[in-house]
Amino acid sequence: MLTMKKFALPNQSGPCRVLSFDDKCVGCNKCVNVCPMDVMIPNPEKGEEPIVVFTEECWFCGGCVQECPVGALTLVAPAKQRISTIWKRKETGEEFRVGMTNPLPPVTTPPSGNRK
Amino acid sequence: MVAYSHPSQSGPCRILSFDKNKCVGCNSCVNVCPSDVMMPNPVRGGEPIVVFAEECWYCGGCVEECPRDALTLVTPAKQRLSTVWLRKDTGEEFRVGMRNPPPPNLTPPSGNR
Amino acid sequence: MNWHEYVAQTGQVPKWPYELGYDKETVISCDVLVVGGGVAGCRAAIAARQGGASVVVMDRGFSKRSGEGGAGVDHWHGAVTNPCSKVTPRMYSEAAMDTTDGFTNGLARYIIGKEGYDTLLEVEKMGVQIRDEDDEFKGSIFRDDETKLMFAYDIENKHCLRIYGYDIKPCVDREMRRLGAKVLDRTCVTSLLTEGGRQGARVIGATGVNDRTGEFVVVKAKAVVISAGRTNRLWGFAPELTESQSMCNLNQTALGNTIGWRAGAEFIGMEMSGRAVLSGLGYAPYSTGNNNNTYQGAPTVDRNGKDVYYANAYGKLLYDEADIFKASDEGSFIIGHGIGLDNGYKPQYRITTTDPELWKKVMAGEYQQPFYNDMTKLPATSRRMIFGLMLAHEGKCRVPIYKNFTQWGFDPDKDMLQYPVQDYSRFPIDTSWCGPENTPANWRGGGGGYLVDWRLQTSLPGLFAAGCGPIFGHGCHGESHTSGRYSGRQAALYAGQNDAVEPDAEQIRRERERCYAPIRTNGDVGWKELNYAIAKIMQDYCGDYKTEHTLDMGIRRMNDLFETEGQRMYASNPHELVRVIESLSLCELGIAYMEAAKARRGSVKGLGFFRNDYPEYDEAQKKHIPISLKDGKVHTRDLSLYYHLEAPYSSDLEENYQRYSQA
Repeated sequence: MLTMKKFALPNQSGPCRVLSFDDKCVGCNKCVNVCPMDVMIPNPEKGEEPIVVFTEECWFCGGCVQECPVGALTLVAPAKQRISTIWKRKETGEEFRVGMTNPLPPVTTPPSGNRK
Repeated sequence: MVAYSHPSQSGPCRILSFDKNKCVGCNSCVNVCPSDVMMPNPVRGGEPIVVFAEECWYCGGCVEECPRDALTLVTPAKQRLSTVWLRKDTGEEFRVGMRNPPPPNLTPPSGNR
Repeated sequence: MNWHEYVAQTGQVPKWPYELGYDKETVISCDVLVVGGGVAGCRAAIAARQGGASVVVMDRGFSKRSGEGGAGVDHWHGAVTNPCSKVTPRMYSEAAMDTTDGFTNGLARYIIGKEGYDTLLEVEKMGVQIRDEDDEFKGSIFRDDETKLMFAYDIENKHCLRIYGYDIKPCVDREMRRLGAKVLDRTCVTSLLTEGGRQGARVIGATGVNDRTGEFVVVKAKAVVISAGRTNRLWGFAPELTESQSMCNLNQTALGNTIGWRAGAEFIGMEMSGRAVLSGLGYAPYSTGNNNNTYQGAPTVDRNGKDVYYANAYGKLLYDEADIFKASDEGSFIIGHGIGLDNGYKPQYRITTTDPELWKKVMAGEYQQPFYNDMTKLPATSRRMIFGLMLAHEGKCRVPIYKNFTQWGFDPDKDMLQYPVQDYSRFPIDTSWCGPENTPANWRGGGGGYLVDWRLQTSLPGLFAAGCGPIFGHGCHGESHTSGRYSGRQAALYAGQNDAVEPDAEQIRRERERCYAPIRTNGDVGWKELNYAIAKIMQDYCGDYKTEHTLDMGIRRMNDLFETEGQRMYASNPHELVRVIESLSLCELGIAYMEAAKARRGSVKGLGFFRNDYPEYDEAQKKHIPISLKDGKVHTRDLSLYYHLEAPYSSDLEENYQRYSQA
């Protein structure tokens, strides 16, 4: 994006993206309001996705993901942790990790329990 | 009063202090810095802006380079606190950054350049 | 959208989106003020409302998900009165006292034993699943087929229950709001108000600052419950800290304790500090292969698939799944982990762990790294119970582990989760993500708390304590519900018997002045920089090496930091202002910890306390040393570890409980 304006911004101090929002987001700000650390602020543009300001204060509780009424949010673990979450498929000996290219299809088994 | 939403700074917040009466915005310090932590002030003659404070490695090149002796290097609070000395004959304790510090020790470095 | 992206796209730094109210002051009155809206606080508020009191809750976050327990829970300790349990409240309290040589909280553990299961049954009524209603685990050795309750750690004594607690916080929060408690979200407590503004007097309210608007709030109350968080950020802090790696969050600064310290309350156990066994900065909790705690019972294999066995407390290897969940001594029971008994368990109460000889065997070439957690070897119900129940419901695991892992294709039926490759001999109790070599000095501090009586009242009249942070030697998630419920009940009783007192206007004015200094002084020190310096002082002067002289130095250093850099803080918005207020409070709390360490002139094992100038373990140190501020000076005294069974109390646990629990 060579045409993009450039700004002098300080470095981010921790993980750069802790949340990703997809097209389903309607800017309802439920995630903003449930967050115990208050890491997001509402977008000044009504209906747009929230802005993550205090990224490094996120403690990855996942409350925002659960709260989202349209399933628009994904929690993104820091790269250091994505790379240390490794499993081996016993039968084939293949290794997988969170965040890999060409990932496995999702496992759709829901958690145990019968509340939603 | 106005508030801005910007992220918290990740490390030391002030690594350099500029003496406003001496700095003329020549940007010698900006140019000498190996880590390029500063940028020139958009206003001509204004003191440089430190953008990447936490990248400073405290080499002091900028202080050396300043033709008007306008710069002081400021170490992080954590280090100011752990730079402690005891005056042997009085038993007093001092540290970098303390209030009411002892007068400066004016002995110059050794060498003749 | 990241802030950086917004700025790049719009060319503008977003203005602070909330209306600023630095100059606003709201005054509210109530019968009971609850400080801290985590699980303990919500339960205190519910109990106080049921006791007829009007209730205000001050919460640093947003009470639906706030607090250490806001992200879920997978097992409930201390449910000793459940119909399957073979443990009694007396056994539970006495075992905790026995295993710590008396350095825990005998009365709180008894109260928890008496009421823990009832407290859980109330949670069930609020909508939390606590039984295997769908018979998914029918026939499992961890399940009672009649009650459908499921057990952790000890399948013979059955006192610790596995529960589906992911949504426990929204459930108790909903109940609290339904009962009409007024919740002040996003409000950080800053001080307690005392009668006449005096240190050591009755507590009659508190002040707070909102982290979005910057508004100041004054709450007047007849009784106050402190249910705020534990001490995080004091020993362990780095500006680049990723809180995904911690079991504590940044809001947990034990401000609930600091304000009590400033108000003159007595504290015990504050001298407890040392190397941490909680997760460090390396791995997210439970994100790598391991076989402890929530993964208890998961088999371990090495690179070549060679089995690593569990061992009992005496090193005897265990080959049968059922044996892993039995006490090492006939007739005893496994207390369970993560409940604040950090200084080692006596063998009869210990959980089973990995073969203690494993590291030697690795060095001898018998095993090769990496190790894997191989749940495919388990019966399907056991595997599902670990990953589908425990990992899917434990705090900070539903989204970061279950959802994340499965989204990326992890399948416990097929896959083995890798352990970190590291020096296995340094793993504390098998929690692989805790390897100390992954952590810049990671410290456990903050074991101490308010000295409480049989009503869970502190030494200040009208001030009650609840939860892990405020109460010394207290426990974990379920225990916080229980002490919260008890404390809220007691606070409502107190409020019914004592009139409201008008707070001192000067005390409020001074506190306001203090709180807003950072936006007026326009200094050049940010909260992270100050916090990092505070942590450095604690690591250097209140770490492994402690002497009178170095502790004195640490106290001087902290005072100096507070009076110098601490007076040059900046805050560019209310969020930062509150972080600054928290950080400054850590200076005070750090001094309290160092004063407590100074006051104990001797080393004592049960407390895990070691003084280099008194290197011998000393029997005479088997006592509490309550510490408090009186007229601004540090005051200490001696107190028996069994004070809860000595005059003015009865020597019998049950008699005391009967006398104080309801009236």
